[in-house]
Amino acid sequence: MGVLFQRLLPIEPYWSATDARVVTLIRLPRILLALVSGAGLALSGAVLQGIFRNPLVGPQVIGVSTGSGFGGALAILFFSSQFMMMGFAFVFGLISVAIVFALSRMHGRSPVLMVVLAGIIAGALFNALTSLIKYVADPYDKLPAIVVWLMGSFATTTYKTLAIAAVPIVLAGMFLYLVRFRLNIVSLGEEEAEAMGVNTDRLRWMILTAVSVVTAAIVSAAGIVGWIGLVVPHIARMIVGPDHRRLLPAAAVIGGIYTLWIDNIARAATPAEIPLGIITAIIAVPVFGYLLKRTQAKGWKHD
Amino acid sequence: MIEFDRVSFRYESGNDIFRNHSFRLKRGGILAILGPNGRGKTTLLKCILGILTPTNGRISVDGETGYVPQQASTLFSYTVLDMVVMGRTRHIGFFSSAQPRDYRIAEEALRTVGVKDLVERTFMELSGGERQLVLLARAVASECSLLILDEPTSALDYRNQRKVLHALERLARQRDLTVVFTTHSPNHAAYLADHVLMMRTPDRYRFGVIDEVMTETNLEELYGIEVRNVAYDYSGGRGRAIVPVLHASSSDQQGENHEQDRCSVLRH
Repeated sequence: MGVLFQRLLPIEPYWSATDARVVTLIRLPRILLALVSGAGLALSGAVLQGIFRNPLVGPQVIGVSTGSGFGGALAILFFSSQFMMMGFAFVFGLISVAIVFALSRMHGRSPVLMVVLAGIIAGALFNALTSLIKYVADPYDKLPAIVVWLMGSFATTTYKTLAIAAVPIVLAGMFLYLVRFRLNIVSLGEEEAEAMGVNTDRLRWMILTAVSVVTAAIVSAAGIVGWIGLVVPHIARMIVGPDHRRLLPAAAVIGGIYTLWIDNIARAATPAEIPLGIITAIIAVPVFGYLLKRTQAKGWKHD
Repeated sequence: MIEFDRVSFRYESGNDIFRNHSFRLKRGGILAILGPNGRGKTTLLKCILGILTPTNGRISVDGETGYVPQQASTLFSYTVLDMVVMGRTRHIGFFSSAQPRDYRIAEEALRTVGVKDLVERTFMELSGGERQLVLLARAVASECSLLILDEPTSALDYRNQRKVLHALERLARQRDLTVVFTTHSPNHAAYLADHVLMMRTPDRYRFGVIDEVMTETNLEELYGIEVRNVAYDYSGGRGRAIVPVLHASSSDQQGENHEQDRCSVLRH
């Protein structure tokens, strides 16, 4: 803390120069990326649960996480540049959304169920392709890199990664926040929304594209960090209720803090870093079970 | 104004729901749609709303539509005020949200419909009748000129049926609304509507002024049971009511008797 405040306040340094460099060059971008990613994942999850009217939906469901994961793994296999990895994760994330788009459009209109099913199909495809890459990867060098990256980590964050990931996350996140009122309408169901003059098809695809941008940016910077997009929106909904105008900012704030906290455990709990995906899953499963029970009473209702 | 010009609708699965329906309802008219279950009444409403596109023919609708669905099941527990303010969507910009003015109009709409006291409640904890009135308030808040209701009284008890009918009657007069509603109650149609559309088969329908079209004969043909139009006295005067004959009719009994005869013959 002292290192950061010293920039603003005249404090005598009680730390070494090495400590200062660790804080400003390694810890700070990592903290910022964890905050931005957590906020992005939780926001995406809240938005997806709203437009699909389904409490069990998260960024994984529309296939974008697995698509980005495949892209990143492919890049690790063929290149060693981090920039290429981010680019590939991005491109394949969007490709998987395009596949979902095409599959669910086969019947002209694209009802919610078709989008979810198409997401599962695209996810299965990219999971298989990722397995293929793991299978052919050099087991001493590339394979561990791919496996560890896919499990999610903020450990390698630099200001460059932060900048490349944060800009699309913030821009797409802003778009999602701006359409918050329309999200309420869409969450009533397709027909009611259309009867109120909302072009649900167009809006849904705009939202899905924004969510893909957020997810792909996060995956490219930190690998697949699961569960946050699924669990945090429920916590937020318990606190502020289901109205997206309050839910979206709440989810973003809680998501950011929650992810930072998880990342601290990942970094400090054991001498070696634990991949994030493992911790989020271990924490999320019981929490999610409890939330499902609780939220029956508040926020979610079943008819 | 609503005009149907030889409109047909078929779902992708293949069966025609209705064929070559033509009618015209002038501005300020109130149309009741009657027909047996599964005859396509809701489908026709959705065509008017533009949620469904007819396979053939042309529908012209002038004015903004407001929709009161048969049953609103929201997965999220929004408050009543949040639900009603959603009716303002057409007046709220794409990237914008409800403004204080929209909330004022929403509260005014709740007052108009007579359920201002529900404003703080959660929509999902309301009774069926209260929900129907809140959804009506939502349509009122949209400041539409054409109100479309799908069986607004079906799920309600007598008292709430009367409350919804009175609210609709008052609204239609005050705001010069064109109203289209489906119903299974010829009495509600007769109370509120000036025109009626009877959907009997995909090809056979009747449209016209209610006094001419809603006769005992036509209703019997529509539902396939006996129907009586009876007069009654009430504290304020004299009224008429359409009564479905629930007792087994003589023709039914004859059929059953024949079967019994046949059975007894077989037994002998």
